[in-house]
Amino acid sequence: MKYLDEFRDPIVAKKILDEIHAVTTQPWVIMEICGGQTHSIIRNGIDQVLPKEIELVHGPGCPVCVTPLEIIDRAIAIAARPDVIFTSFGDMLRVPGSHKDLFMVRSEGGDIRTVFSPLESLKIARDNPEKEVVFFAVGFETTAPGNAMAVAQAVKEGLTNFSELVSHVLVPPAMEALLSSPLNRVQGYLAAGHVCTVMGWDEYDPIAQKYAVPIVITGFEPMDVLDGILHTVKQLEAGTHIVENRYARIVEQGGNQAAQRLIKDVFEITNRKWRGIGEIPVSGLKIREKYAAYDAELKFSVGDIHAEEPEACISGVILQGLKKPHDCPAFGKECTPQNPLGATMVSSEGACAAYYKYQRILSE
Amino acid sequence: MDFPEALSCPVPILSHDTVQLAHGAGGKLSNEMIDKIFLPRFLNSTLEKMEDQAVLDNPGGRIAFSTDTFVVDPIFFPGGDIGDLAINGTVNDIAMSGAVPRYLSVGFILEEGLPFETLHRIVLSMEKAAKLAGIQIVTGDTKVVNRGSCDKLFINTSGFGFVPDDVHISASTLEVGDKILLSGTLADHGMAVMTTREGLSFQSTVESDTAALNHLVQDMLNVSSDIHAMRDPTRGGLATSLNEFATSSEVGIQLYGNNIPVKENVRGACEILGIDPLYVANEGKLIAVVPAGVADDMLKAMQNNEHGKAATIIGEVTDKHPGIVAMQTGLGANRIVDMPVGEQLPRIC
Repeated sequence: MKYLDEFRDPIVAKKILDEIHAVTTQPWVIMEICGGQTHSIIRNGIDQVLPKEIELVHGPGCPVCVTPLEIIDRAIAIAARPDVIFTSFGDMLRVPGSHKDLFMVRSEGGDIRTVFSPLESLKIARDNPEKEVVFFAVGFETTAPGNAMAVAQAVKEGLTNFSELVSHVLVPPAMEALLSSPLNRVQGYLAAGHVCTVMGWDEYDPIAQKYAVPIVITGFEPMDVLDGILHTVKQLEAGTHIVENRYARIVEQGGNQAAQRLIKDVFEITNRKWRGIGEIPVSGLKIREKYAAYDAELKFSVGDIHAEEPEACISGVILQGLKKPHDCPAFGKECTPQNPLGATMVSSEGACAAYYKYQRILSE
Repeated sequence: MDFPEALSCPVPILSHDTVQLAHGAGGKLSNEMIDKIFLPRFLNSTLEKMEDQAVLDNPGGRIAFSTDTFVVDPIFFPGGDIGDLAINGTVNDIAMSGAVPRYLSVGFILEEGLPFETLHRIVLSMEKAAKLAGIQIVTGDTKVVNRGSCDKLFINTSGFGFVPDDVHISASTLEVGDKILLSGTLADHGMAVMTTREGLSFQSTVESDTAALNHLVQDMLNVSSDIHAMRDPTRGGLATSLNEFATSSEVGIQLYGNNIPVKENVRGACEILGIDPLYVANEGKLIAVVPAGVADDMLKAMQNNEHGKAATIIGEVTDKHPGIVAMQTGLGANRIVDMPVGEQLPRIC
């Protein structure tokens, strides 16, 4: 038997927390990159028990949140076609496009299915040769190998009725874009452990050096996050700025080489729009020309669908760590999880949704 | 999957192997299905009369009346099936008022082509569940719809029981200082269905907790009739029921996160799918809000019942943050446990 909020080791957690309090002498702004870490911080109330000098700002690492509006609109256009079975991870279905979300398309008759892996979509394609099966390939470096694998497998099997609508984004260019902004406040990063599992950390060394920020790779358990914060603060207090791997039980310096080769074979680097932030150069992946037959954007000619984001939503400022969700005048009023104005309120990993779900008490 | 009952009780021989539209047309085939599949399993002196309605004795006092419709997919899952779920679901809804559930109606909507073997298995499971709960099925109905108009079979059950005079249970009568009791582990049913549906397997199978709780409720009422509120947290899970209590009674609820039991494999399945056990359906658990003075004795009575072995006190009613459910985390921080928005969606990463 387990308990809901049982910690692996509460004594160690307390010890790490005490140590963070002991080493902190001045204010520091630390950003956790990954939405999974944001979720863990807010769910466990980590931000409530840290020294008041430490401010955590929530980074752009929620793939649902940063997928641009126009990609959602393109997904909706494809999913509404009667010849298509559209497949997606669950939490993309509720993200509002310009006029509707994928749930509404489903209620209007679109065949939209939740899958847990793109390889499930491949199976659906095999089982339904008379239909076009499209997988909504979003996410960071973490989901890229699986999505690349699905294309490679389709090629191998000669499956011609499978394609992917790709909106992949890359973490290091976004970290650099945030640091080079004149408004930047971030002094240290908690890097996303699962991204590093795939990519290793060689990409982070130049960033740590160029911008003089410590980068600590950590995981998602509350203990991992606390440990990551401790080591970031230690570096900040000591004035060092190196890449530190505190997730060594999973992450190796070179990452997963086989996964990287697969990504490189299927995808190429491209400029990408990030919802709320705008276009970041070389920050995304798209399907290489040799696999163009598997690119849903080309297959269904939806590349010319464009959309502007609503003015009222400040998710861009929140994703850059410049404001907190409850600083937004629409937070909890016009904008709630039932009626989200922007993507950060949709996904449970989004900073606004996490604040709404777990922390309204504090802001009221 | 093992169905020893089905082996010991062979499928009756009918003129067809599968349900035909004519089985719902009220003619000879309908009668054959009723006589061979339903009556032998559900028989009692009221049903036996085969009237258009059940005529029942009224002992006086207040009646608790409830209805529920079951459309679960898959219809068989580890730990249960749509049949025992349909009996237990309505029995529990009645029992949460403190009433003793007595009579049920059962309505079937069958899809043309459903194998009688499947229907028979489900009817056997309903028979067993009704016996365990001590409730009689006194009237029923069957419709057959075209293939594709429903998914295999849907079941509606309605039922009622009689509420003891001194019992007054309501979501709006929580009082500051009350303790919150939970009868066992969270999220078993919802995760059993979800892992079966998604074809995920774990070292140990995640099993549904479907069970009738009326005997547990009677054991609790034997300790004290002073239960302020009681629910079986089905769809929407524990979080939804507690939020409804907090809103109806305009009080705050404080939970202790490290005291809410979850089975290890269920917690693992939830973590993999990115789903919070607080929002997942249970079909054999109850939460009760009781005065602090009776909480410990009530807890002991629960733990002595087979459906309350893992019962714990999971929180209390407070005058702080009225209308809001908060939970103390393992780090000693406090967070909101909100109502869910629509269905829970598995997270990307």
